[in-house]
Amino acid sequence: MATLLNILSSGVFHASILFLVASGLQLVFGVQKVFNLACGSFYALGAYLGITFVDVFTGRGGPPLLAFIPLLAAGILLGALGPVVERGLLRFVYNRDESFQLLLTFSVVLMLEDVIRFFWGTYPRSPKGVYLAFGTLHVGGAAIPVYNLLVIAASLLVALLMGYLLEKTRFGKIIRATASNSEMVQALGIRSSVVYVKVFTLGTILGTVGGALVIPTTAAVSEMAVHLIVLAFAVVVIGGLGSMKGAFLGALLVGLLKSVSIAVYPELEMMLIYLIVIGVLVLRPQGLFGGAS
Amino acid sequence: MMLGAPEKMGSNNAAGAARRAWHPWVLMAGFLLVAIGWPLVGRDYQVYLSLSFFSYSIALLGLNLLFNYTGLISFGHALFIGIGGYTAAFMTHKYSLLNMELIILIAVFLSGLVALLIGLICVRYIKIYFAMLTLAFGMLFHSFLMKTYSLTGGDEGMHVMQPKLLGFDLSHMDKMSFFSGPYYYYNLVFFALASYLMWRIVHSHFGLCIQAIRDNPDKAEYLGISIRRYRLYAFVISGCFTGLGGALMAPVTGHMDPAMVFWTHSGDMVFMTLLGGFSNFFGPMLGSLVFIFLRDTVSSFTEYWRFIFGALLAALVILAPGGLMELLSRGWAAVGGLRSKEQGS
Repeated sequence: MATLLNILSSGVFHASILFLVASGLQLVFGVQKVFNLACGSFYALGAYLGITFVDVFTGRGGPPLLAFIPLLAAGILLGALGPVVERGLLRFVYNRDESFQLLLTFSVVLMLEDVIRFFWGTYPRSPKGVYLAFGTLHVGGAAIPVYNLLVIAASLLVALLMGYLLEKTRFGKIIRATASNSEMVQALGIRSSVVYVKVFTLGTILGTVGGALVIPTTAAVSEMAVHLIVLAFAVVVIGGLGSMKGAFLGALLVGLLKSVSIAVYPELEMMLIYLIVIGVLVLRPQGLFGGAS
Repeated sequence: MMLGAPEKMGSNNAAGAARRAWHPWVLMAGFLLVAIGWPLVGRDYQVYLSLSFFSYSIALLGLNLLFNYTGLISFGHALFIGIGGYTAAFMTHKYSLLNMELIILIAVFLSGLVALLIGLICVRYIKIYFAMLTLAFGMLFHSFLMKTYSLTGGDEGMHVMQPKLLGFDLSHMDKMSFFSGPYYYYNLVFFALASYLMWRIVHSHFGLCIQAIRDNPDKAEYLGISIRRYRLYAFVISGCFTGLGGALMAPVTGHMDPAMVFWTHSGDMVFMTLLGGFSNFFGPMLGSLVFIFLRDTVSSFTEYWRFIFGALLAALVILAPGGLMELLSRGWAAVGGLRSKEQGS
């Protein structure tokens, strides 16, 4: 029982973080049709800037229990990268072949890797004293870190807000319309370039906030960007490219799978995930929630 | 070779396009002559770097058969570098089988076999799905290498011993003179043979078929070309070439570790291809040459060479998707245009 609860809570925690990054990936893919390899780098940047902000915050006497504030601030501030990358690079390749789009976002991966190395060096880093400050909750013999629960709650809140934004608001309608036919939207008098900037910025923020929120629980290492992209990629393949529901379900599956295999047979952790990705691509290339491939 | 493939425009551009001033093989022969003399004039270290150029060029011949000629982008081709390289590591390190020809034979066979198995699944998809599926297979192999510690040394990798060439035991030579001497020429021969073979493949009936499939799959199917089968053939051939490149690369690096098959290494390979120009037969070779020597130069004065290369890649994708070959041919055409103006006035 206790083990099951532990597996479940850590699985859902992994899933929450993966959902944030993957939903950013999905949003951008849905609207711009660009598969953004750099979303892992945004995540890593969020993590590193989050550490810096928290360290400054606690260094100035800020209570660790309020560390959410500097973490979120770091994530949201990094949203400024969105317009830079979108207007500076991506807008030139919307009408090009996918291979060029993949390579262009790969170039952002290369650049941001060195940006991180330049500002934060190559040693693993983690913020001091935040994680433990939140304490642990003892339920049925299992010890669940309170911080994890807060992140799960935050991620659920984001999921609900995203759902509301996409389904109920005018901006959401514009996003969905642009996703299905951007020329028609343009013809109706809406500048698609503005929509693209907003969507990409939102996608970037989801990634950077994901990185910022995860970092009290683990150490930031320079490879975290390129490793995360493969996981986020697994999530969207399983869920279906471009689908928000898919991101949610995919993240839950990958997150739980990850913690189950870590608990049961850690040797197989990543292999199992790739095998499932391949299985899904073979049997249902559009993913569990995707439309037509 | 480097001046090579852009067809020389005559003073009359329209007529010049059809007429090749220099046959590509004349340029290739010129390049080979330079390459033969290179160890005599180049410093040992530069000659050693050229070995990476040979093995990457051969690997990229395979990658570009898919990318340019078949219209499929693989983001997992480092997998085949890994198969070739780990074959060399296993045979030399674990079983003391040092015969390079045997290593190459087995590496190419295994690469082809794996390409056949993976290809049966991958070639059912195109575009982003093909890219993702190849990436997933590459990463599957990566995690296999990481987790089977007792077999592959996990993330520490495996050593690759100095092989015997054509049965000659050259272990009495020191490392540098082995690489800048016998092994250099050994690689050069394979480079020339592989380029010739691939040239014949892309200009054969088969080569025309896959290009027809790339340009218009529906029409190709009406013509009776089995799309999946031809894509599968292309995938297997591609895997074999890249596996050969990996096997030749292994003794040079002297060490194989899972980073060789990580998806970013596949990305680097696509980068090299684009850098030189994927739509030109010789483009990827130029790309690997420039990539290897430029990386060496840039990383000697800054540790942040990835930033510079990322910016370079972004500029290429946006401004010159045809790569250096396109820039060269643009420059060539501009020079031709100037000359004809001078003659006209």
